Amino acid sequence: MKPWHQQSVKKGRPSCEGWGYKMNAQNLDALSAYFIAEVSDVQETHTLSVIVDNEPGVLARVIGLFSGRGYNIDSLSVSETEHERHLSRITIVTTGTPQIIEQIRHQLDRLVPVHRVRDLTVAALRFKQDKPLERELALVKVAGAGEKRLEALRLSEAFKATVIDATTEHFVFEITGRSNKIEQFIDIMRPLGLVEVSRTGVAALNRGPEGLSSNAQ
Amino acid sequence: MEREMTGAEMVLQAFRDQEVKHVFGYPGGAVLPIYDELIQQDDIAHILVRHEQGAGHAAEGYARSTGKPGVVLVTSGPGATNMVTALTDAMLDSIPLVCITGQVPTNLVGSDAFQECDTVGITRPCTKHNWLVKRIEDLPRILHEAFYVAKSGRPGPVVVDIPKDVQFATGTYAGPSTSHVQHKSYNPPTKGDMTAIRAAVQLMATAQRPVLYTGGGVINSGPLASQLLRELVEMTGFPVTSTLMGLGAYPASGPEWLGMLGMHGTYEANMAMHDCDVMVCIGARFDDRITGKLDAFSPNSKKIHIDVDPSSINKIVHVDIPVVGDVAHVLEDMVRIWRASSFKPRAEVKNWKKQIDQWRARNCLAYRNSDDIIMPQYALQRLGEAIKGKDVYISTEVGQHQMWAAQFLGFEAPNRWLTSGGFGTMGYGMPAAIGAQVAHPDSLCINIAGDASILMNIQEMSTAVQHGLSPKTFILNNSYMGMVRQWQQLLHGNRLSHSYTDSLPDFVKLAEAYGAKGIRVTKPHELDDAIQEMIETPGPVLFDCCVAQLANCFPMIPSGKPHNEMLLPDEASDEAVASAISKEGKALV
Ligand SMILES: Cc1ncc(C[n+]2csc(CCOP(=O)(O)OP(=O)(O)O)c2C)c(N)n1
Repeated sequence: MKPWHQQSVKKGRPSCEGWGYKMNAQNLDALSAYFIAEVSDVQETHTLSVIVDNEPGVLARVIGLFSGRGYNIDSLSVSETEHERHLSRITIVTTGTPQIIEQIRHQLDRLVPVHRVRDLTVAALRFKQDKPLERELALVKVAGAGEKRLEALRLSEAFKATVIDATTEHFVFEITGRSNKIEQFIDIMRPLGLVEVSRTGVAALNRGPEGLSSNAQ
Repeated sequence: MEREMTGAEMVLQAFRDQEVKHVFGYPGGAVLPIYDELIQQDDIAHILVRHEQGAGHAAEGYARSTGKPGVVLVTSGPGATNMVTALTDAMLDSIPLVCITGQVPTNLVGSDAFQECDTVGITRPCTKHNWLVKRIEDLPRILHEAFYVAKSGRPGPVVVDIPKDVQFATGTYAGPSTSHVQHKSYNPPTKGDMTAIRAAVQLMATAQRPVLYTGGGVINSGPLASQLLRELVEMTGFPVTSTLMGLGAYPASGPEWLGMLGMHGTYEANMAMHDCDVMVCIGARFDDRITGKLDAFSPNSKKIHIDVDPSSINKIVHVDIPVVGDVAHVLEDMVRIWRASSFKPRAEVKNWKKQIDQWRARNCLAYRNSDDIIMPQYALQRLGEAIKGKDVYISTEVGQHQMWAAQFLGFEAPNRWLTSGGFGTMGYGMPAAIGAQVAHPDSLCINIAGDASILMNIQEMSTAVQHGLSPKTFILNNSYMGMVRQWQQLLHGNRLSHSYTDSLPDFVKLAEAYGAKGIRVTKPHELDDAIQEMIETPGPVLFDCCVAQLANCFPMIPSGKPHNEMLLPDEASDEAVASAISKEGKALV
């Protein structure tokens, strides 16, 4: 077996078992129940929420960590979410083996301006939920005339996209949803005169009443 | 205590409040206000180096030998970039450094001004944290925070970049007590989880073939950690090995000492690691120089890992019982629990030790001595004899001499061994010895050097002479970059591409040129007297010890091989050496 960072890629569904060690070692029934090394080379996609001080350079630290250590960023979004405390929430979608994702979480936690890191995907599974709530917004510009134009408008309604700008030659649609829905919408618009797209990246929360700042992972 | 003062005064006041006694530095335009304050006070001594990298490594030697953070002051631009190697070195070996850099005035930042560089951008990946101070109001808090971050948790280097206008500006200074002690987002762990610790102790009590694998974390945790480690060993009778960084935490003369482990570690240490059933990793990080071939690393053991940095756990090797906490705190709990439970090591441990004795009997550090030529190992053994029982700090450069020093000089106490482990920085040893000498003016500070490495920061001889410091440099002069040559022999058909140094300087004359003493020795029988002369010389010495040119450093785990396939000196025929590394192994470093 190769070391995990050289292992080949298999796509799989995320799990909260296996490599993720528990620091509080709750279920360490002293002599019998050690964490059995379930070394997995399956690549999973996880969504992480990172609460950081909104100070200069903080995003560079986070991005530099990913590029410097060779981690993937599939999507990233950031904005100040608590103005009085100057806290921002960074939402990162990343792909890697469970061990790598565990590493990413700890490496992020090590950054001085990082307050909290939560793997929303693992948290959702722990709460017996399928996945975290994830939404993305996209602005999609489509230009054309005649049948194609009508078709674009019809489809946008099916996708519950709204028209936020239009001339006789174009539409700009606003669409919100999970990334794969947006992906699908863009694919459909491509032959209908797609001009350009702007996407926000994923915003995500766990379901249920608890929040990240009030509840430890 | 709150007072109005300039930014430059604040830097000095923060140093005082943080109990800084020495600063290593080099002036330049962007730090002149701070230098102007330095000259007008006597509390803090400034050691003027000859190159900023030297300041960085000197501060590392100072930090490593005292347990206190090393402090550096350099100017913007080239001053800051010259620090990058030392910062990275400190990052990889978890050495606390506080580096103050000057910066161009805030209104010029971003304009490509003279001697401007993006210091926080450049040093972001090689510091634990860094700050650009844009407002005088933030300066006192950031200065105190910088010391806190550098020292706490897993220690490391930090940079505070201060634009010149902020140094001139006036503001209100507050001491560390009134600044927040608890950081809002940075709270390193100290105590380990008791459930995990209890499970770890119980596992240890069931071990038949245990080994303790200790590292630099034990040293960083402070002298108490070394003391507790010794207690734990005494109680359990478990054999102990250590990484390069952890030497001295357990004494080399101790009954359970296996010697260093890893690529150039002892046969007994590596075999014990490979065959053990319970491994207790204490403040070490499963570095690739330690593990060798990963999937063959200690295949049948349950692993306990104590580390203050959660990101070290499961990073390279999956462990069964992680304990996140400061080594001293965790060991204290372990010792207490073991004692309270009246655990006894299992009877099988006796057989395990017999096995270890058999490995020990292989005498893996043996070498063929000569009456004619000085063998490097012999030179170090004679040096070791001469300094036995003395108050000594040893630093090294990087190469074969470093490994031989680790193998042959027995370390009895923590903080006495200063070497560049994680980064392997040639040029580390001379300034590190200077830093240790600044902290311990009456101790003997010796840099074990190679002829190539020593030239990387030789200019610091001038620093030593100016400041009345007397570090001794013991050069194992083989005219080669010995470690490179050894690898070329092993990996590249003995084609010695650019690893021989023609035209080396005459080190005796060089020493004299700096106003220091030079000693040259070429014959084994001259060694003892010459070493004595070196030790007795009051000032700095360059000791040019001309050794066998083509000696190889064994034992060695060739790249890509597991621990139980070491190359031992008596097996290392030319042919065995030439074919020791497989094709895949060659791709590894
Ligand atoms: C700054 C730096 N450059 C290059 C290297 C690669 N390197 C490792 S050991 C070595 C040779 C060291 O030679 P010397 O100082 O003479 O020591 P010896 O191995 O002969 O004891 C080199 C070039 C390094 N470690 N650091």
